[in-house]
Amino acid sequence: MASQDIIRRSGTSGMTPAAKGRNSSEQVAKLFDATKCNGCKACQVSCSEWNDLREEVGTFQGSYQNPMSLSGQCWTLMEFHEVMESNKLRWQFTHSACMHCADPACLKACSTSGAIIQHANGVVDFDSDKCIGCGYCASACPFDVPKIDPKDNKAYKCTMCSDRLAVGLEPSCVKSCTTGALRFGSREDMLFYSEKRVAELKEKGFPKAGLYNPEGVGGTAMMMILHDITQPDSYNMPVDPQIPLSVTLWQDWVKPLGAAGLIATAAVACLHKITVGRNIVEEDQPGYQPPEEEVKDKEEDDQ
Amino acid sequence: MTNHWIDIKNSNVIIIMGGNAAEAHPVGFGWVTEAMQHNNAKLVVVDPRFTRSAAVADYYAPLRSGTDIAFLLGVIRYLIETKQVNYDYVKAYTNAGYIVREDFSFNEGLFSGFNEETDSYDKESWYYELDEEGHAKIDPGFENPRCVWNLMKQHVDRYDFETVSNITGTPIADYEVVCQQIGSTHTHDRAATFMYALGWTHHTKGAQNIRSMAMVQLLLGNIGVLGGGVNALRGHSNVQGATDMGLLCQSLPGYLKLPSDKDTDLKTYLKHNTPIALRPDQTNYWQNYPKFFISQMKSYWGDNATAANDFGYDWVPKWDKQYDFTKHLDMAYHGEVNGYIIQGVNAINSMPNRNKVLKALSNLKYMVVLDALATETATFWQNADGFNEVNPAEIMTEVFRLPTTCFAEEEGSIVNSGRWMQWHWKGANPPGEAKPDAEILSGVLMEMRKLYKQEGGKLPEPLNAISWDYHNPLAPHAEEVARELNGKDLLTNRQISSFAELKDDGSTASACWIYAGSWTEEGNLMARRDNHDPSGKGVTPGWAFAWPANRRVLYNRASCDLNGKPWDPKRTIVEWVDGKWHGIDVGDFNMKLTPQQSAGPFIMQPEGVGRFFALKLLAEGPFPEHYEPMESPIGVNPLHKVTSNPAVRMLPGVKETLGSHKDFPYVATTYCVTEHFNFWSTHARLAAISMPETFVEMDEMLAAEKGIANGDWVTVSSKRGSIQTKALVTKRLQPLKVNGQLVHTIGLPRHGSHNALTRKSYSCNVLTTEVGDANTQVPEFKAFLVNIAKAEGI
Amino acid sequence: MNRRQFFKLCAAGAATSAISALGLMSEKAYAAVREFKLISAKETRNNCCYCSVGCGLLMYSKGSNGKNAEQTIFHIEGDADHPVNRGALCPKGAGLVDYVNSPNRLKYPEYRAPGSNEWTRISWDDAFQRIARLLKNDRDANLIEKNSAGTTVNRWLSTGMMTSSAMPNEGGYITQKFARALGLVAIDTIARN
Repeated sequence: MASQDIIRRSGTSGMTPAAKGRNSSEQVAKLFDATKCNGCKACQVSCSEWNDLREEVGTFQGSYQNPMSLSGQCWTLMEFHEVMESNKLRWQFTHSACMHCADPACLKACSTSGAIIQHANGVVDFDSDKCIGCGYCASACPFDVPKIDPKDNKAYKCTMCSDRLAVGLEPSCVKSCTTGALRFGSREDMLFYSEKRVAELKEKGFPKAGLYNPEGVGGTAMMMILHDITQPDSYNMPVDPQIPLSVTLWQDWVKPLGAAGLIATAAVACLHKITVGRNIVEEDQPGYQPPEEEVKDKEEDDQ
Repeated sequence: MTNHWIDIKNSNVIIIMGGNAAEAHPVGFGWVTEAMQHNNAKLVVVDPRFTRSAAVADYYAPLRSGTDIAFLLGVIRYLIETKQVNYDYVKAYTNAGYIVREDFSFNEGLFSGFNEETDSYDKESWYYELDEEGHAKIDPGFENPRCVWNLMKQHVDRYDFETVSNITGTPIADYEVVCQQIGSTHTHDRAATFMYALGWTHHTKGAQNIRSMAMVQLLLGNIGVLGGGVNALRGHSNVQGATDMGLLCQSLPGYLKLPSDKDTDLKTYLKHNTPIALRPDQTNYWQNYPKFFISQMKSYWGDNATAANDFGYDWVPKWDKQYDFTKHLDMAYHGEVNGYIIQGVNAINSMPNRNKVLKALSNLKYMVVLDALATETATFWQNADGFNEVNPAEIMTEVFRLPTTCFAEEEGSIVNSGRWMQWHWKGANPPGEAKPDAEILSGVLMEMRKLYKQEGGKLPEPLNAISWDYHNPLAPHAEEVARELNGKDLLTNRQISSFAELKDDGSTASACWIYAGSWTEEGNLMARRDNHDPSGKGVTPGWAFAWPANRRVLYNRASCDLNGKPWDPKRTIVEWVDGKWHGIDVGDFNMKLTPQQSAGPFIMQPEGVGRFFALKLLAEGPFPEHYEPMESPIGVNPLHKVTSNPAVRMLPGVKETLGSHKDFPYVATTYCVTEHFNFWSTHARLAAISMPETFVEMDEMLAAEKGIANGDWVTVSSKRGSIQTKALVTKRLQPLKVNGQLVHTIGLPRHGSHNALTRKSYSCNVLTTEVGDANTQVPEFKAFLVNIAKAEGI
Repeated sequence: MNRRQFFKLCAAGAATSAISALGLMSEKAYAAVREFKLISAKETRNNCCYCSVGCGLLMYSKGSNGKNAEQTIFHIEGDADHPVNRGALCPKGAGLVDYVNSPNRLKYPEYRAPGSNEWTRISWDDAFQRIARLLKNDRDANLIEKNSAGTTVNRWLSTGMMTSSAMPNEGGYITQKFARALGLVAIDTIARN
């Protein structure tokens, strides 16, 4: 069901042409309004429910937060932070999940053809069938989101419920949100709403309220309204997230140098072969449609 | 709820006190955020702990658990003092001007009529002065010093800011803000709602906590209006229905009374329960009691109920005492009970004083458990090291564990907090051989009938007379029973459409009069799913059926003045226009009457008005009064010499199980967290992942004093027992300054299970006390004393 | 990885690099997303069993509900048409499918004999017969027909009943009739806790 427009695809020029379901090229965004959230975890549980994820039952770790971090079996996590501000307690909650960067470091760092896809609507999706588990996405992400699941050695993260989006539904977390802290819609609508909400918050006694939509990654399709935009770190969010220099070098400098790129790619493949010892080739995957040049290539081989 | 969930969006000030809606009713809480966003409402949270409700509140005020009455009587004093009272409403619709008997008094913590030997009240004096016609005397100008208004003013006068703060520990600055917010809704164009739950009922004066709030709401004119009301957030999905169904030791369906020994025959019973109007021309709706009761008897016994046998009255068991859980388990503890049928209740983990409950269950000869899940109760005889220390060989109880369907596998109606009867449909077959409760009980009953037929026995008549004329008596279908609950005209065999059609001559049958109208000749109105909200005020008359009479806001006559004009045109529910009543909701009065004829909005009261003075209805007095919890961290009542509620029931031997603040200096309070629903959800993997283990919460100062770090193992002990668990050290709990000392609170989530998918944990009912509210016997789970110490890990 | 695959990977990498350098893809492309899992699932309306907000649910089950198919519920989400929850669910409600399918659901009637340390599976008929026998014996021995004043009271105190707060009203009324017909007075619901 290749029905989603994409604009980029890691490590390949190969296209996957297929029937097109509906126009999914409109930029979308998920907005998390931290000032409305009460940390109920409906988003976290409905994410796991929809995506059929079941983390191991953990133990108490001194917090309401459980599990303690995102993982291959936990793509959305409610984080709890007790913050003192001018002698008053604020219990802050972070809806921790993929930020869906406009300029996704994970995609840039990905070494595998088509394992990370950026849909035209702004969603950054992982295709685990193609993932080789190299972990480059995980180390490149400035938000520490993608996680390698030790069970199958593949990277996982929030897909913005791309399967729901594809049939015109909102992500599961957004649907279940009890307070309306999560909203979903066109990016334009979300920006419009954010502006209104931030202005309202400033009037209501939060002069530093603002929208977290960091420029360092080109903006994000998951944006956050914070009580205090000057201190995203109090929400465990980076103050100025950037694409790591190594990734920029790799993507924007090394790869364009054709031969060098070839060598580097080979190096990655070899490295992967040595360190991980397991690979999945896209031809082996169900529904794989070879790009034209491959078909040609195959014909040659057959001869 | 007098109102309903969506109606919260119409509020201007929302007070969450005695509850924690964001955690226990998260989706209902969504309407609070709606009000804040679209109605510019303010959210006020008053709680011993800074909860997830407090996290999004505009104002948070801490208070010491068990001091809500002092807090609220202080609010009443403030409102009267600052004249932030809705006088129009108070004069028209409350008993403020009613004159109280001369011999009523309140002195040094006790109301008139207290008998120190029996620890109970003779309530004779807690009543109005009556005139020759038996009507209450009134002074509409509130000048008579014996009128309710002046007695109330005098009663609350002691609760000034300093006194309140000294008792509750609430800082005066925080308290003042809360008072101002509440006071701001005394005008006609503003309304406040109070959202409460077990945080108010789990006290030895739970009913009086709620009354105090109801008095505040009457003063502000906030009952019967959109965005107002007295809103109990019920617990379980159908606990409202279970109480509607009279599944209590002194109830029958529809809030009729189970007869007592004093009701020696039908005539006497009906006389005791059919009130006489206390004012001229009042609706006094309970005057219809005989119609409701006789129709219920016709439903119970069918053709076997005749005028000649008093409609089967003698077959209905009579009570001599209140046999609630606590009392009956105490009897079991003393070996006076042989059997128990336990349906969907994890008694061993939820009843107070676990060690006593364990002994009580071990004394039984037989126990029949009907449950969808493998609970600790069904396996109370199994040893679970540390968590349930027993020797199975010594426990001689025969136990049956019978699997039941869950909601997804059965049809029927459940009633939400807003009294909506919502029909639901089956989505799958149950696992294995599980059956609905109705089929299991039918199976047992049919076997018993067989046995009585074969061998005779004591009083087989009611067992045989009870109507069980279902298509398949072994499997009554929900639709058949729902029709029976609604009731029918026995002469025409047509479903009735309203309880107004019920008669007391045996010609109508209705199992539960308040459900009349839910399944009429039109069909199943509970299955309706039209979510249209024509007024935009959240009234959706085509969605399911709200009892009574599909009415969404109770007492809505009070939203208009005496002439039927809405106090606030923006909050119109009903109004009198052009000689007729119109409205967005079904009027809570006879809409054929003129405004003047239908003036008393509290139609269930024989005087038609709301009561600041509760007459003889409650055990501990017609006005609320602050008493300390049974286990008080300060050991004295700063107001007078009566420390705790003088009217509580103290079963023999229970006094010895109460601890002193000298040995157990900290206040413990139990609660649920968002992730779990008691022990139930601990069997669901997703819920277990999101909150895998129980813990206790404590403040940083106490933790430092005790050398306890976040995540450390601790021992928490009360006079009843001790548990080991892990500590969560948090800023969300703060010690409070009370009566010259610092009082620390320990928070105890009540989700400890040793037989679920969560980590094996102790259950906190090891610690809790069984002393209950003087009226309802609900145990004081919210305020008791414990000690805490660092422990070795287990 | 064989030689050919290795070569292709390198070639693909090189090609991508070249295109990426221009910041463009050469032509419009499409990608697959995971298949929408509710396609053709049977949808049933229900209400959440936990608290009394009474949120509307949509339960999705496998199996057509036809004569020969057994249905199993594999997903539950909020009913967006429900006026109270409008599609939302709390974390407990969002995880309901794990209650319905909990490994701790009871499947068969079981019996534990006095002093025993284990459950034995029994049939429903055996359960009904044995329970009826126990109830009758206790009722016959302990039902109080008249109190000391001679009033007919017909109460049975030596057996009690704790009743569910989650079963539907219809089950509740059956429970009420069952209990009162036997003369039970000590019945109580978890409402009190």
